[in-house]
Amino acid sequence: MLSRVANSLYWMSRYLERADNTARLVDVNLQLFLDFRSLDDRALADRWIPIVQSAGDETLFNTLHGRASGRTVTEFLVFQPENHNSILAAVTQARENARMVRDQITIEVWEELNRLYLFLRSPQARQQLDSSPVEFFHEIKASSLYLQGLTNATVVRNEGWLFQQAGMYLERADKTSRILDVRHTVFPAHGAPAPVNQAGALEWAAVLRSCSAWDAYKSMHGADVQPALVAEYLLLSPEFPRSVRFCVQALNATLRGISGSASDRFANDAERLSGRLLAQLQFTTAAEIFGTGLHAYIDELQARLNAIGEALFQAYIFQPFLTPDNGQLQQQEEQQQQRRTAAAVRR
Amino acid sequence: MTAPAHSPSPPEARPGELPSVLHGYAPAGFFDEMFQPDGTLRPHYQKFVARFGSIPRPELDAKRQAVDALFLRQGITFNVYGDTQGTERIFPFDLLPRVIPAAEWEKLEAGLVQRITALNLFLHDIYHEQRILKDGVIPPYFVLSARHFRREFVNFQVPGDIYIHVCGTDLIRGADGGYLVLEDNARCPSGASYLLENRRAMRRTFPGFFEGTGVRPVDNYPAELLAVLQHVAPAGVAEPTVALLTPGPYNSAYFEHTYLARQMGIEIVEGRDLVVRDQRVFMRTTKGERPVHVIYRRIDDDFLDPTVFRADSALGVPGLIRAYRAGNVSLANSVGTGVADDKAMYYFVPRMIKYYLDQEPLIPNVPTYLASEDQDRAYILEHLDELVVKAANEAGGYGMLMGPQATAAERESFRARIIAEPRNYIAQPMVALSRHPTFIEETGRCEGRHVDLRPYILYGQKTTVVPGGLTRVALRRGSLVVNSSQGGGSKDTWVLYADE
Repeated sequence: MLSRVANSLYWMSRYLERADNTARLVDVNLQLFLDFRSLDDRALADRWIPIVQSAGDETLFNTLHGRASGRTVTEFLVFQPENHNSILAAVTQARENARMVRDQITIEVWEELNRLYLFLRSPQARQQLDSSPVEFFHEIKASSLYLQGLTNATVVRNEGWLFQQAGMYLERADKTSRILDVRHTVFPAHGAPAPVNQAGALEWAAVLRSCSAWDAYKSMHGADVQPALVAEYLLLSPEFPRSVRFCVQALNATLRGISGSASDRFANDAERLSGRLLAQLQFTTAAEIFGTGLHAYIDELQARLNAIGEALFQAYIFQPFLTPDNGQLQQQEEQQQQRRTAAAVRR
Repeated sequence: MTAPAHSPSPPEARPGELPSVLHGYAPAGFFDEMFQPDGTLRPHYQKFVARFGSIPRPELDAKRQAVDALFLRQGITFNVYGDTQGTERIFPFDLLPRVIPAAEWEKLEAGLVQRITALNLFLHDIYHEQRILKDGVIPPYFVLSARHFRREFVNFQVPGDIYIHVCGTDLIRGADGGYLVLEDNARCPSGASYLLENRRAMRRTFPGFFEGTGVRPVDNYPAELLAVLQHVAPAGVAEPTVALLTPGPYNSAYFEHTYLARQMGIEIVEGRDLVVRDQRVFMRTTKGERPVHVIYRRIDDDFLDPTVFRADSALGVPGLIRAYRAGNVSLANSVGTGVADDKAMYYFVPRMIKYYLDQEPLIPNVPTYLASEDQDRAYILEHLDELVVKAANEAGGYGMLMGPQATAAERESFRARIIAEPRNYIAQPMVALSRHPTFIEETGRCEGRHVDLRPYILYGQKTTVVPGGLTRVALRRGSLVVNSSQGGGSKDTWVLYADE
């Protein structure tokens, strides 16, 4: 597979996953804060800012909007063209990448992605977001799920598919950790987050909902929402398909699918780093994570995910441009130098 | 067949009666593809119109909107240059197909095969013995001064001795209905994907029409094209890797490039995906470099290789021409075919046919005047207000003067240019292009619009012509310009198995 094509497929699915997660994050919190009528503007702003931090660029937001409110944050995360992580920008970039590899993706995938893009750019999209945000976000989430289903049902399991999976799982692991980090203001520097009252429980339930983990969590722990359990579930659950551990496991398997190396070997840095991160997630406890400090742990986790992405790029996409001419040139230059050195010695 | 439940209205037209969108339609003195001068339907349109007329108007409107929505959803669009909002438009598509009866097509097909054969013989000749020049059939000056004549390739043996693998020849019909060749596109003709997509859209819109009408399929084009490309692979390569070389996603034909690559199942590559080592071409893949044997290039000679042609080309591949000359990679079309679609060379194609094949041209040229001939030039300069003047080396409707519609200032500027550089200009009388009923949104009915036809000819082990071609239509009232950038649309083209 062409390196450029692999790169486009990887980013296409990363951007789609990004749009999908942002849609869920904004949707859940818009609904959550409807229950918080008693909060004044300032208290609301305090709750919206972490959401901006988790899904985008806070500095950019402050320049563009100043005060955080449901309206400004939604605008920033959904339509804002300046925000490269807004849903519209992410879908646009996913489509742009898809356009470059039209011959590699199925017609079904292309048409749906194109439809989503055209919808987001249409005046109806903005109208719907104003009049019925729930339906608006449902549209995006449904489209994203449809695309994942189409990919599963129509795409040949070749290298291109593996690069799409790698992009999706890497982005998903990163996003789950970011959504959890939305509550970082109430994390203690060290130790487990404290149990919460009823209002607090709603906010932690929103974190679960943003990751589509509410039902899964309930079946595991019942309706008792405990911050420590939520954190543990989203980071370490081996079964929940959006937990960080699950995603890293899938990512690791995908990377090995690309190169064919065994699970206890590595052929490049991406595999070495993902294998190490997976082992670490498999053999760690929530207590250890809380000992490090939840926020600090998540920060480091994100850095390690970034390193895997970078190593993947180095291994498969970026090939140093070395034409024979360059090689020759170098050789000739070296020969010249040697001759000059030899002459100097003789003299 | 039962009528759709939502439309209780009876069919609009009874047999022998025209559907309402065609009421009041008049050929108005032009040759009309669908109607005879007395206003009766031509026989080969009868089956289509009978079925078309049975569709109630609201359903027809719905079908029209559905087909536009389909093109938009599939992303069959072109970028509007200079629009920062990223607006994309669809190519307007008209639901009324152009229909060509079997006997008429047979003649066209023979004429097109004759023409591409002569052009390939001509290219071989001028890049080798140059007999046609030595025998005085074409003045050497015209060939040697052509901008796209690549003297570096004289005596170079192109793979399979084929120069033009894919040719898109533009045909028009004049006032008497006779077909004429307007120009040969022997470099990288585009549009084949629209031909295929138009058919797909028509089958989706009128599923019942095709069975009883006897329309020849066009879907074989990608397979035939691939066979041609594999045929010219370097000797000794059992399973050649074929790639399509595109300028990239911002090129207006990018949709077509990805479409054809996907249909053929070959890689689509940009210049930066390729690298040349030891005069062999490789593509950069996730598993390292992989050899490429045949390149269907959709970029012009000038941009192919910055070390040989335009040094500032970022689209090309350094070293590609060396690999080509070493016989390690084949290019389609070959380098240097541009000399054959030079508009001054067009004038000589009938002579080529006579010289190489000893035949009369089956499809004549439009009468043409060469500005470099004293007599012709005098005539051109005297009749600038009646003639169409074209620059010899330009394509896509650029560098053209439409005499009758031009302003006096435009004519004067062309006069000066013709005198300064006569080799670069030809002139032709305005041809009253044939018209075809075309649905016009504003009036809600069909009006006559001028059309041309671009069939695609493939030249490999055998020569094939896709039945039909791309029918382009000038949607602006009275306009003769069919180019999509200037308000042109397209139609599906049906070649029938029979004559009606």
